[in-house]
Amino acid sequence: MKYMLLICVDDTIEPTEGDPTIEQWLDEVEGKRLDGSQLRSIQDATTVRTRGDEVLLSDGPFAETKEHIVGYDIVDCADLDEAIRIASRHPCARFGSVEIRPFAE
Amino acid sequence: MTGGAHEARVEAAVAELFRAERGRIVATLIRLTGDWDLAEECVQDAFARALEHWPCEGVPRRPGAWLTTTARNRALDRLRRSTVEAAKLREVVTVADDDVHVDVDVDQDDIGDDLLRLIFTCCHPALTLEARVALTLHTVTGLTTAEIARAFLVPEATMAKRLVRARQKIRNARVPYRVPPAHLLPERTGGVLGVLYLLFNEGYSASGGADLLRPDLCAEAIRLARTLVDLMPDEPEAVGLLALTLLQDSRRAARFDGAGDLVPLAEQDRARWDGERIEEGVALLDAALRRGRPGPYQVQAAIAACHATAARAADTDWPQIALLYGELAKLVPSPVVRLNRAVAVAMADGPAAGLALVDGLAHESNGHLLPATRADLLRRLGRTTEALAAYGQARALAPTEAERRHLTRRITDLRAD
Repeated sequence: MKYMLLICVDDTIEPTEGDPTIEQWLDEVEGKRLDGSQLRSIQDATTVRTRGDEVLLSDGPFAETKEHIVGYDIVDCADLDEAIRIASRHPCARFGSVEIRPFAE
Repeated sequence: MTGGAHEARVEAAVAELFRAERGRIVATLIRLTGDWDLAEECVQDAFARALEHWPCEGVPRRPGAWLTTTARNRALDRLRRSTVEAAKLREVVTVADDDVHVDVDVDQDDIGDDLLRLIFTCCHPALTLEARVALTLHTVTGLTTAEIARAFLVPEATMAKRLVRARQKIRNARVPYRVPPAHLLPERTGGVLGVLYLLFNEGYSASGGADLLRPDLCAEAIRLARTLVDLMPDEPEAVGLLALTLLQDSRRAARFDGAGDLVPLAEQDRARWDGERIEEGVALLDAALRRGRPGPYQVQAAIAACHATAARAADTDWPQIALLYGELAKLVPSPVVRLNRAVAVAMADGPAAGLALVDGLAHESNGHLLPATRADLLRRLGRTTEALAAYGQARALAPTEAERRHLTRRITDLRAD
């Protein structure tokens, strides 16, 4: 089953020395990870809402929260336990959070 | 023998099977169909058929296997008729065909494994704690949605929604239906024990309530703990939890007075404690401790055993209890454990020693328990003014009417002295 891992961190928190690196994680999930990327910061985000005929734009993310999505990974796992294991080992899980969302199809 | 008596006997046999076997049968059906709702409906159906057929045909030699086969056939019928679920049908037919010969002579080990799979899945940490508790009660013990809603004092619609969401998440996020592998087992076992203990406490703290319609959650928790011990005989913490719940439950009849007010442990009529439960709890605890792998439930059971085996309150081995709370605080570093340790130290070494520890905990949030404990110690030290102030603080924070009444009584008594 495919799961989307949404990587969320509070920009003000820096990773601590000695935490595993993203490269180590990528090596580890080789074969399970179908796709993924880091995303540019919320300063470069534009949010679009269409209401009636009007297209409303706003500068910034869709919700004002402390934590923002900074990247995503799509993984193919046997079940939720495997996805949890992979997510828990993502470097950002140590100081931010990883939301696991199963694909609908 | 009259027909009526025969029917009553069959009904009693079916009721007993429902209590003892239903969870296992549902667990097997979930494994075979992968569909929780379908599994439960078909098992319900199988029991209805038993009530219909057994009075004439007699109770089969292996009633559990009969019920499993009947429920499975019913599930097959339902899946065959439903074209939308064609894919699922292919799966179940393959499983079922392999299973046809097996289920005539159902392997008890397999069935036990299914029940354990079900319990672990109901208690999966990806579900909210509330959902885990509700799902376990509903699927494993067979309480109805209405009964669980009553037990947790929420509207039936809320509970129904909670159960639907939990089952949806299990299906949509693919929570595995299995006993966790070795590297996850200790943590997940702890999670299951936590759900059962929460269930017990929910019943225990509510047992003074006036609502006699609320199902007995303590009895359900003890029954589930027994099942878990049967299924995981090598897990001393499961045995520890069973011992703990039995020892606490042994005090049930003495915990509330005629007016529904809480009676403190020291003032309880120990003749009303349940000797059988105490004996069983102590024996289980001894067996668990002999394995040499202590854990929080075994330590808590050991504390409960110190209380349960003291003939009078004055005979309580407080130094031993203080020691055990010290051990527990290492295993479970929580404010309430540290507070309880201070209380035990006060009993063992005097109120001044206890108060020194309590004052060291002032920064920790313990609700009304911290000021209530301070108040008791100050009262025993003769510092009445400070004691009254602390009782007042505690009463303002107390969550239940029974506790507020208890604290008010303390204040009145102290003012009268």
